Amino acid sequence: MCLAIPGKIMEIQEGAPFDRKGKVSFGGTIREVHLGYVQDAKIGDYVNVHAGFAIAIINEKEAAATLALWNEAAEKEELRRKS
Amino acid sequence: MKYLDEFRNPHAAKELLQSIKNEVRHHWQIMEICGGQTHAIMKYGIQDLLPKDIHLLHGPGCPVCVTPLSKIENALDLAARKNIIFCSFGDMLRVPGRDNDLLKVKAKGGDIRIVYSPMDALTIAKDNPENEVVFFAIGFETTAPATAMVAYQAKKENINNFSMLVSHVLVPPAIQAILSSPDCQIQGFLAPGHVCTVMGYQEYEPLAKEFKVPIVITGFEPVDLLQGLLTCITMMEEKDFSVNNQYGRSVQREGNVKAIELMQTVFKSSDREWRGIGSIPKSGFDLQDAYKKFDAELKFGLAQTKNREDSRCIAGEVLMGSRKPTDCTAFGNSCTPESPLGAPMVSAEGACSAYFRYRE
Repeated sequence: MCLAIPGKIMEIQEGAPFDRKGKVSFGGTIREVHLGYVQDAKIGDYVNVHAGFAIAIINEKEAAATLALWNEAAEKEELRRKS
Repeated sequence: MKYLDEFRNPHAAKELLQSIKNEVRHHWQIMEICGGQTHAIMKYGIQDLLPKDIHLLHGPGCPVCVTPLSKIENALDLAARKNIIFCSFGDMLRVPGRDNDLLKVKAKGGDIRIVYSPMDALTIAKDNPENEVVFFAIGFETTAPATAMVAYQAKKENINNFSMLVSHVLVPPAIQAILSSPDCQIQGFLAPGHVCTVMGYQEYEPLAKEFKVPIVITGFEPVDLLQGLLTCITMMEEKDFSVNNQYGRSVQREGNVKAIELMQTVFKSSDREWRGIGSIPKSGFDLQDAYKKFDAELKFGLAQTKNREDSRCIAGEVLMGSRKPTDCTAFGNSCTPESPLGAPMVSAEGACSAYFRYRE
């Protein structure tokens, strides 16, 4: 229930701010998503979607930083395993 | 899938587990509030991978589980009425009322429609002007913005055949209630990443300070959970009683400002009964006066009934983390997902269903 899934914005239908909707791709499956709460979202952005509403734009920089940390951790683990 | 698969990297997971093993110097009890996190922990076997000194407790973050019995009875009443189309998230359909559930009402001819979004319920109202349409508005702060937007649109477009049975619940008052309990053993919290995506985490800062517990905002993928746990353990070892955001790709301190604004326009906070737990002050949302025409309880004159639960069900203690599902005498025999005694065995986020599914 409180799960939000990340998807990529493919299309936006502009309108009044709270009428903003779009088509979002979840790994290939396209669904209509309400974009009223992510006014700054653009085509190509990834958003976290819950109950048909985008609740946040995924912060690419933060995601990249987290992944870099974990990739480093993963490499350490592989080295340890091989030694 | 981007932003999911990378956060399931097994090598990173193994390294984080090693870091946790290196960090732990004492016995610790950590609670995760969100049912979605409980399920992920069970699904990926995280409890079993952690050092024996780390004990995970599961909190009441399952909105389906904590919806009060009186609201369930109201739902059953409305759903059975001839002219009403009753819309609900799928999870709620098998939640047991006193002696009935929505699925049984549907089988007897009740017009009950499963919706993925509250917006679908409003569309059904517009498409069926000769029926009354009621939406069962449950969920934490992650879902409340969706309900708020639907109420806002319904008012704007003057949709008079639409109303909502509102039963939203809020996380920080629940944390306060748990921490205030005299036998509280919890020393650290994992806070729900999607609730905080909406609300931010300013409300958690005074809680961390007052009760001297670290609160770590955590995501839902296995590596996110291990990262949250590692951070929480490090903070407990260092006596760092503050809020730490480990879900920065989705959560900012101020949250989603537009969502918070609209929720404040549509809702006001109210005391709320949590099924199995009791009343927690200011822990729910009611509709503001300007939106009262969409309140199904007022529209249909529904009564608040006091009902008794099955005495074998220990849902309240499971939800507060003081008992595990496996402590329950009915677990797995008279209480199963097919024939549940209580809501935590039914819900996709309930601790009992998680244990049943992933431990058996």
